[in-house]
Amino acid sequence: MKFTLSWLKAPLDTDADVATIADKLTSIGLEVESVEDAGARLKDFVVAHVISAEKHPNADKLKLCSVDDGSGKPIQVVCGAPNAHTGMKAVFARPGTVIPVSGEALKIGTIRGLESRGMLCSSRELLLGDDHDGIIELAADAIVGEPAAKALGLTDPVIDVNLTPNRGDAASVYGIARDLAAAGLGRLREGDLTPVPGKFASPIKTELAAGVEGAAPMFAGRLIRGVKNGPSPQWLQDWLKAVGLRPKSALVDVTNFLSLDRGRPLHVFDAAKLTGNLRARFAKDGETLLALYGKTYTLDSQMVVIADDFGARGIAGVMGGEETACTDATTDVFIESALFDPISISRTGRKLGIVSDARYRFERGVDPEFVVPGLELATRMVLDWCGGEPGEVVVAGAAPNWRRSIDFDPNYVAQLGGLDVPKSETVSILRRLGFTVEDGATLKVSPPSWRGDVAGKADLVEEVVRLYGLNKVPSAPMPRHSAVAKPTLTPSQRRTRSVRRALAARGFNETISYSFIPRAHAKLFGGGDDARQVENPIAADLDALRPSMLPSLLAAAKRNAARGFADLMLFEIGAQFDSGMPGAQSTVAAGIRMGEGSRSWTKTGHPADAFDAKADMLAVLETAMGAAMTAPVKAGAPAWYHPGRSGTLALGPKTLAYFGEVHPKILAELDLKGPVAAFEVILDAIPESKAKGKARGSFAPSPYQALERDFAFLVDTKVTADEVLRAAKSADRALIEMAAIFDVYEGKGVPEGQKSLAITVRIQPRDKTLTEPDIEALVQKIVAAVAKATGAVLRT
Amino acid sequence: MSDIQTLEGEILGAVSAAADEAALEAIRVGALGKKGSISELLKTLGTMTPDQRKVSGPLINGLRDEVTLAIAARKAALGDAALNARLAQEKLDVTLPPRPEPQGTIHPVSQVLDEITAIFADLGFAIAEGPDVEYDDYNFTKLNIPPDHPARQMHDTFYVAKQADGSRHLLRTHTSPVQVRTMLSQKPPIRVIVPGRTYRFENDATHTPMFHQLEALVIDEKTHLGNLKWVVEEFCKAFFEIDNVTLRARPSFFPFTEPSVEWDMRCDRSVPGKIQFGTGNDWLELGGSGMVHPRVLEMCGIDPEKYQGFAFGFGLDRMAMLKYGAPDLRPFFDSDLRWLRHYGFAALDLPTLDGGLSR
Repeated sequence: MKFTLSWLKAPLDTDADVATIADKLTSIGLEVESVEDAGARLKDFVVAHVISAEKHPNADKLKLCSVDDGSGKPIQVVCGAPNAHTGMKAVFARPGTVIPVSGEALKIGTIRGLESRGMLCSSRELLLGDDHDGIIELAADAIVGEPAAKALGLTDPVIDVNLTPNRGDAASVYGIARDLAAAGLGRLREGDLTPVPGKFASPIKTELAAGVEGAAPMFAGRLIRGVKNGPSPQWLQDWLKAVGLRPKSALVDVTNFLSLDRGRPLHVFDAAKLTGNLRARFAKDGETLLALYGKTYTLDSQMVVIADDFGARGIAGVMGGEETACTDATTDVFIESALFDPISISRTGRKLGIVSDARYRFERGVDPEFVVPGLELATRMVLDWCGGEPGEVVVAGAAPNWRRSIDFDPNYVAQLGGLDVPKSETVSILRRLGFTVEDGATLKVSPPSWRGDVAGKADLVEEVVRLYGLNKVPSAPMPRHSAVAKPTLTPSQRRTRSVRRALAARGFNETISYSFIPRAHAKLFGGGDDARQVENPIAADLDALRPSMLPSLLAAAKRNAARGFADLMLFEIGAQFDSGMPGAQSTVAAGIRMGEGSRSWTKTGHPADAFDAKADMLAVLETAMGAAMTAPVKAGAPAWYHPGRSGTLALGPKTLAYFGEVHPKILAELDLKGPVAAFEVILDAIPESKAKGKARGSFAPSPYQALERDFAFLVDTKVTADEVLRAAKSADRALIEMAAIFDVYEGKGVPEGQKSLAITVRIQPRDKTLTEPDIEALVQKIVAAVAKATGAVLRT
Repeated sequence: MSDIQTLEGEILGAVSAAADEAALEAIRVGALGKKGSISELLKTLGTMTPDQRKVSGPLINGLRDEVTLAIAARKAALGDAALNARLAQEKLDVTLPPRPEPQGTIHPVSQVLDEITAIFADLGFAIAEGPDVEYDDYNFTKLNIPPDHPARQMHDTFYVAKQADGSRHLLRTHTSPVQVRTMLSQKPPIRVIVPGRTYRFENDATHTPMFHQLEALVIDEKTHLGNLKWVVEEFCKAFFEIDNVTLRARPSFFPFTEPSVEWDMRCDRSVPGKIQFGTGNDWLELGGSGMVHPRVLEMCGIDPEKYQGFAFGFGLDRMAMLKYGAPDLRPFFDSDLRWLRHYGFAALDLPTLDGGLSR
């Protein structure tokens, strides 16, 4: 919402300067986004008379000027503008003046051997436009030595208020003035709203089609005959231009002015182009209308149009029609002033993609009592500027009842707002804002017609607090729930935090990436279906909810590789999406290692492999659970992993994690060199700890010597390490504390199709020292158990 | 000079001249071995008269002891020399780098969230969470933003494609739907913060289509606007780690709060590219807030005649940018390793109130 200072001061009688007004506006909730005060900004630039402009003796394209800036002495200036000429009035910058476009102070210079003691300025140099072809030529009557801003008509500061959508009442200069006056900054001038008597019965009537009353409750209008259209007064043109509107003609400018000044959208029809009465009705599906600015819109049956016997003539409350628009030739004008339902207007505007000043106001709610007064104001202006004879006002329908009463305990200001405001002040504030207040222990408050946004007690608190001073609310401590703060994280939140820090401690860099990825990538990871599509993606490659975190990480890896970082460890904790339904998502910790291993003279690096990923996965799980992961890993994982170098960890039916090397085809699709090892741990699937109490079990180390025995088994290559170890441990669960693989060998000395697995078993006696025969018996049991379970043969 | 003295001189001379352990062993055998010169002398003691023995015994035994000691001493010296020679051989170029160990980092958004969590936990706030894909009802309608409300235009919404059951959902435009979920599932008193990813149809120099918000919600019988101000103030002091915070409140509008307030904090931007908190003549926008709208309470099953409270929402990424001087938002989600290392935090730097939120 833009307006100029002088415009505001038309309805507001105040001596306040623009800074005071801006501060007050912001403090009462009408946030000032900017104040463009070109007069202040350009105060150092003056009007100068170019006494002479001759060719520069040493340059063809430069001119040597003699300039009078009002100081009395001619000043020598070298100027490159083609339009610099003798006798013109121009904008002059003296040495030392800061030039807006460069932000630098102007210096006395020597150009092609001649001194230049100032500059004649272009629009662009003053940041007033893009024109850099020549210098600004001021009107011949501009007064030499006076501020150039005055000659440019830029002395009126432009204030831009960022209006919140609830404040339809302030979508007008008058409404803003009304709020400022209520806030104590000046006195409101109401203007002359006396009706203009009609001189003849209107031949054009307004009508409401049956059923349209909800969307268009009131439709008023007036015919004025014998007008002479032409330009509107200069002051109005200046105001409109200052806020970014192009003045068109008096008849059109009246409607724009009243829309901006009073928040009362109007439309003017060239009555000669209408056939019969005007009627607000729903459009027919598929009905079309050529609107202002020459664009044709296809309408539907939920949109209200203003139509005559011929057809739709305007999109109600949104935009008028081209064919019935007023022109300079218009002699009879019909002014429409109506009331439309905000939701209906909003829907129509959005569907048609039309942003207009009328829509802006109707969808925020206009003053229902100002339909006819607005029409009277318009009549007065048309008569003043274009002459003519007014007909009688015609009205169809009526404003819906907006009157309501709110019971308001004045103590509620303190209860909700934390601000002690005397009751008398509360009453005074509300009355200044136009509310009717019936005094009593509980106030009966009725909002004025223009405050459709005020519905309840809380709204009244806001009104009182914002005018009394929001910054007067004292801060008040909140009570502590307990002396020492209690922990507040849920187990899963705590777990997520630990996992994040554990991965960083392992050397992973945490990243955060978008939840949407290219559909083509999503398809590679089991997603990319319609249910997980973003309907209106912001970019073609951000159109699918990610079914896995890995595509994000792999894409990141690719970007980093392109920057020369081909060895990396990245992880992210975030959501993966199982469908497009709310809640169908899982929190996952996923990570990748890419590359051949950092090059080092120590030769310790190695290409990223499945066992790196397995270690990472186990670290995540064990951090999350606070205990060792004992469940077995099964070979194989989803299709984006290497089929032979990947694994899955599940607890019963619940998959907890995948790990492995990324499938070479996926790497090729994503244009990655690799190798890449990856893991995905579904944090939501990890069961919560079942530990009871804080105390650990008692520490009872065995007093007897533990011993280790090594075995080498020949097994079929298909037999897994896990099977061998489990079999070994099963030989005596009480005595065998641990069994571990320490060598795997295939090749020379081992038959084809077999491998050698060397394991070490740690035996921990609990109640007596084992004798040699005891040990020998146990060793035999172990060999037998492994042989039975896996077909292994002890290597000798 | 007696024979013994001569012998002693010879042997000790040989010991000190022994070049290695083998030579020394040969000397030992020659002197103290079964047939060694000193052993032979010791054997003569048995054939002596008691008087002779009284004289010769101590001499011969003394010789034996002295030689034994000298051999041991020489052996130790030779051992040391050999070790020193080996150590000299084993010298490394210790300026070589150690085995590489990757340095992991925590993303600044995660770090800042941990900082904020520490502050709010002390104030008694739990963390509430909700899904990224939301019901229109929770994201808008129950927050008093009915369909076709102009406030919906403040949120440029991403929609998810129609589901098999005909429903169509959206990517939450703010963390406020978690307020709804919390109120629907929990009875007052409520004190929660809600951090999380949020999505809006924005993509330019200062906006990304995904960003993080931090929301706070308090519902009880007494909490008022002054409490809100206090929480914002105390939070800013703790988070920015400064003693003085001056806030400016501006009336504003959010459909889900009434009254609605936006907060600015005093700061100093007089040095280009730098921002100093708690001093100066500039104002920094913190975020929006307000008293939860009675209609929102009602729609979430809480009696607005009995309960009231506040909510506020700040930009989590913005908090990180401000505190740690990261000028641009876009790199937050670009996974550039250089950026992650530059702005990241060490794994063990978990923010605590006792140790200080940041170093």
